[in-house]
Amino acid sequence: MLHIACPWCGLRAQSEFTYANDGTLIRPDLSNDSIDDHYNYVYARDPRRGIQDEMWRHSAGCGQFLKVRRDTLTHEIHATGAPQDDLDVPKDDRS
Amino acid sequence: MSRYSIFSLARNALTGHRNWPKAWRSPNPKPAYDVIIIGGGGHGLATAYYLAKNHGVTNIAVLEKGWLGGGNTGRNTTIVRSNYALPGNTLFYEHSLKLWEGLSQDLNFNVMFSQRGVINLAHSDGQRDAYKRRGNVMRINGIDAEYLDRDEVADMVPLLDTSPDARYPVKGGLLQPRAGTARHDAVAWGYARSADSYGVDIIQNCEVTGIDIENGRAVGVQTTRGAIKAAKIGTAVAGHTGHLGAMAGLRLPFETHVLQAMVSEPLKPCLDMVVTSGVAHAYISQSDKGELVFGGDLDFYPTYAQRGNFPRIEEVVETMLTMFPTFSRVRLMRSWGGVIDMTMDGSPIICKTPIDGFYIDGGWCYGGFKATPGSGWVFAHTIANDQPHELNERFTLKRFETGAVIDERGAGATAHAH
Ligand SMILES: Cc1cc2nc3c(=O)[nH]c(=O)nc-3n(C[C@H](O)[C@H](O)[C@H](O)COP(=O)(O)OP(=O)(O)OC[C@H]3O[C@@H](n4cnc5c(N)ncnc54)[C@H](O)[C@@H]3O)c2cc1C
Ligand SMILES: [Zn+2]
Repeated sequence: MLHIACPWCGLRAQSEFTYANDGTLIRPDLSNDSIDDHYNYVYARDPRRGIQDEMWRHSAGCGQFLKVRRDTLTHEIHATGAPQDDLDVPKDDRS
Repeated sequence: MSRYSIFSLARNALTGHRNWPKAWRSPNPKPAYDVIIIGGGGHGLATAYYLAKNHGVTNIAVLEKGWLGGGNTGRNTTIVRSNYALPGNTLFYEHSLKLWEGLSQDLNFNVMFSQRGVINLAHSDGQRDAYKRRGNVMRINGIDAEYLDRDEVADMVPLLDTSPDARYPVKGGLLQPRAGTARHDAVAWGYARSADSYGVDIIQNCEVTGIDIENGRAVGVQTTRGAIKAAKIGTAVAGHTGHLGAMAGLRLPFETHVLQAMVSEPLKPCLDMVVTSGVAHAYISQSDKGELVFGGDLDFYPTYAQRGNFPRIEEVVETMLTMFPTFSRVRLMRSWGGVIDMTMDGSPIICKTPIDGFYIDGGWCYGGFKATPGSGWVFAHTIANDQPHELNERFTLKRFETGAVIDERGAGATAHAH
């Protein structure tokens, strides 16, 4: 069971949360008519073996989205914060 | 290769089974091959076998970072079926099922393919309609399918709770009688032994750490056992497809997730077919050893760890017990996880890539075990001819750009939703 610290509710069990998406994706502006940019946002992903930033939602809690910095090899959670936060824990990309 | 038969069994029994020859060699890697296949699971080994058998290409190495079948081939719930509804999938999976039907003879290795039937339960009017429609698609394509009403399901699976007050009342189900299960390890071993007999080098404990590219062409790989050159390189690494793609500089439409499965303590025979429910996702069968083998959903967050978390185990067990309340006192013996490559439409990718000489076979999501023979068949064709077989023409990377996705669930571009 992962324990995830919601920035608003505190430490809660994984079963209260829903994984949403890769936390580094930024939706291209609608005025951007590059197919590649939209393709990259919707479909392409970086395979991160190691630490990655993700968006989760505290779906069975406050309902807010949060950012989670998590290790995909160990499941260890290094930091959490609001979506707009810069998480300040060192980021080593092991892959 | 010395053939396995009743005579070889008798002969070896006389010498106390001490003189069986090794099933395959353990060669050191040569400096260069015509083709390198990365990944010694069922798909990689089947590809090497069909390259040799169907296309006469035998100067091949299969590179496996661990041991043969130690990936998802040896971790899955072994359900084999061909009940897909969308063009691209339907005939591909049926071709694979036909290969399964002759596989033990072809490989001279008992893969214990058991056509015990797979039933998908319908729990709502909408699901019933969808299954009937799917059954019709199958039958139009010459594939066996039969829609059963609730009473017929109850007759066929007596332990299933089909009462009206079940948590998910059963309306009926779509049966594919020719579907079933197989012995997973035997599939890897059988393909390995036959590929080896054509001279294919199967090299274990050899992890690929880099892809060498010169002028837009793949020319070799870096491995933990040194550099190896090859004119053509195919990858069949399941959950590591995105990772291998990144080594070649490609950013691919995959996410890697963990799927768990579990077995109970062995019981006397009580469930003689595979039963699946899509409403609360669960699939269950009984192995020849008597264990109940079952699984359900992904853990739903990306991971490369080959282990999952407890909430999913609890949920899968709960779901299974709503279907079969009678198993409530059976003890769980083991659970495990495998990392799988989820695509953005839930269908596989078997194709050439923008890099000449670099080919991908991946995106097997929840269900690539059944595809093992068919996948090896068309991937071998794609590598040998540098163009797809008609059965994998649609399994391209391009389809995500052009919109020709093959999305059986209609779940859209969310990898873990398929
Ligand atoms: C729990 C679970 C249940 C499943 N149930 C079913 C089912 O009922 N029916 C069904 O049809 N499918 C099922 N599947 C899916 C099925 O198991 C897979 O799609 C299929 O086995 C994939 O085979 P493969 O040969 O592509 O991959 P694998 O068997 O995983 O082989 C890939 C190999 O590549 C190796 N590798 C990875 N990276 C490298 C590297 N850098 N260098 C060298 N080697 C490398 C790995 O060690 C591995 O052995 C299930 C999967 C899981 C995890
Ligand atoms: Zn919260």
